[in-house]
Amino acid sequence: MSDEQNHNVSRRQFLTYTLTGVGGFMAAGIILPMARFAIDPVLQAESEGDMKAVTDVSELTDTPQRFDFSYEQEDAWNTSEVTETAFIYQSGEEIVALSNTCTHLGCKVSWGSSSDHPNQFYCPCHGGRYEKDGTNIEGTPPTEPLHKYQVEVREGTVYVGKAEPQV
Amino acid sequence: MLQRVYDWVDERLDITPMWRDIADHEVPEHVNPAHHFSAFVYCFGGLTFFITVIQILSGMFLTMYYVPDIVNAHESVKYLQGDVAFGTIVRGMHHWGASLVIVMIFLHTLRVFFTGAYKKPRELNWVVGVLIFFVMLGLGFTGYLLPWDMKAYFATVVGLQIAESVPLVGTLTKTLLAGDPEIIGAQTLTRFFAIHVFFLPGALLGLMAAHFIMIRKQGISGPL
Repeated sequence: MSDEQNHNVSRRQFLTYTLTGVGGFMAAGIILPMARFAIDPVLQAESEGDMKAVTDVSELTDTPQRFDFSYEQEDAWNTSEVTETAFIYQSGEEIVALSNTCTHLGCKVSWGSSSDHPNQFYCPCHGGRYEKDGTNIEGTPPTEPLHKYQVEVREGTVYVGKAEPQV
Repeated sequence: MLQRVYDWVDERLDITPMWRDIADHEVPEHVNPAHHFSAFVYCFGGLTFFITVIQILSGMFLTMYYVPDIVNAHESVKYLQGDVAFGTIVRGMHHWGASLVIVMIFLHTLRVFFTGAYKKPRELNWVVGVLIFFVMLGLGFTGYLLPWDMKAYFATVVGLQIAESVPLVGTLTKTLLAGDPEIIGAQTLTRFFAIHVFFLPGALLGLMAAHFIMIRKQGISGPL
């Protein structure tokens, strides 16, 4: 392979290289825009879940109370109003906002709705129960605590963000 | 590396004869633009196929965002074109390709006509080619409605009136296409969508297969 003539590119090789190159360039020009178009949802910047105003701080007590709040959700060309529910109470200085979605199978829990357990969250579907701070009670179906909202207080108003798992 | 992958597969499945049978054929001199530049007229059939492939690909990607529904159709087109990356390009490919494919198929038809390539024994392939031309026109007609804007709507109003003007079966044809004897609306849009993305492409693929099998069987017609 060290012969001088082998440094020459044969006509066949030259054609192979140029045709593959040009063909590859054209194919890429067709495929790349479509691929980028298809994967757009993955590359969309994740929206910083806006904080939504829920209630006044003065409304809160040390017992969890139910608060419904609505916000606009943008889904491509469809904008809709979504309503969520949080149980919010004051624990000393801290404000705790818990999601009302049971971590077992997604039913809606409420505070003190079981007369046997007035100081717990209770889920009517399978009898799942949680402590006031959201911790699931051993021996009931849920396997993790109620999800907790990010909370922010601005000028006496309570704002919540996304509900996140406690563990 | 690629060569070794190929060899590995070839050793087991003997794929070389398969692709050689499809792709490895000498181009006759009178069809090769390298010999006579005027032979470029023989490229229009291949160009039609090339653009058809682009149409199928870009159309597949467009349906990722498009919905055939009178409330959302226009909004979804606006979204995919305005907010999705490269949306303008992908929709543009489908839009311009649609016109270009008609131009190419027409030039191909002219070439076949003026070189007399439709004569015995290739009459059947001419018939299939004309059917492909009609399917293409159908694809253009049904696709035109899908953006669901004013131009789309009124073009379809006119198109359906033309269908209605056919003696005897006109009204029937119109109702069959529009899904309603009077209204051009919800049912028209879903029907046109179904025809555009399932029925006609299916027919097109079948007809193209027949077209290519026949040209392979009979070979390209001789020089003038």
